[in-house]
Amino acid sequence: MLHPITTGHYLVLSAALLLIGTLGILLRRNVVIIMMSIELILNAVNINLVAFSHHLKTLNGQVFTIFVITVAVAEAAVGLGILIALFRNKETVLVDEIDLLKW
Amino acid sequence: MLDTILFYSFALLTLAGAVLTVSLRNAVHCAIALITSLAGVAGLFLLLRAEFLFAVQIVLYIGGITVLFLFVIMLVNLDQAALQARFQRHWLLPLLATVGAGALFVGFLTRGRDLLALPAPHSAESAGNVEQLADMLFRDYLVPFEIASLLLLVAIVGSVMMAKKKV
Repeated sequence: MLHPITTGHYLVLSAALLLIGTLGILLRRNVVIIMMSIELILNAVNINLVAFSHHLKTLNGQVFTIFVITVAVAEAAVGLGILIALFRNKETVLVDEIDLLKW
Repeated sequence: MLDTILFYSFALLTLAGAVLTVSLRNAVHCAIALITSLAGVAGLFLLLRAEFLFAVQIVLYIGGITVLFLFVIMLVNLDQAALQARFQRHWLLPLLATVGAGALFVGFLTRGRDLLALPAPHSAESAGNVEQLADMLFRDYLVPFEIASLLLLVAIVGSVMMAKKKV
């Protein structure tokens, strides 16, 4: 427990966060919670990038993280707009009930 | 010593918030758990000496994205959805696949353990984190920066169009 914190610790944390987010996407039925799990995955990637940026003594990882956050904001805004339009038409937020394109 | 305690506290906050986000029944509770998780990530950024990202994470992610999520959760009536089953019917295969992926991660993280040792201790920096980041962003990464602003414009127009009642 008293080992100094290495970059490996941050990578393990990032991997765990990624797996929890993946479970959220695959297992939940509510579309809003699936989108929140996507945000968890993006945060896992951000932790990874910043940890390596710290490890390699360069700022490239942090610049990349800024762009990841920008794209995440854009994607959340458009995704939630789509969700609102979907709810207005189908009156449900459960993914297994949104099956208009199924054969 | 303090570093270790802070890392484990923020890591616990992040992972506990994440587990609660994917497992709670009420969507508003999940959003609050997501806020907790994002705050933990912001603390980790600060530990990694990324001060600008710490501020950006709090302002943009917590103060922007989660507030947006809460708006939409309130707009969309989720009481019906809260009474339904939380998880998919076919849950075993995704769970096994994720555990398998986790085993793969553990495998190659332990293999590369020696490469991920402590970085050299930080020397005093010539300029602060924000100045260095701004230098890099406006010199080496100017084109991606402009493209990002175009992306945000597209996102603004797109989200307004998607949410309008009559197109």
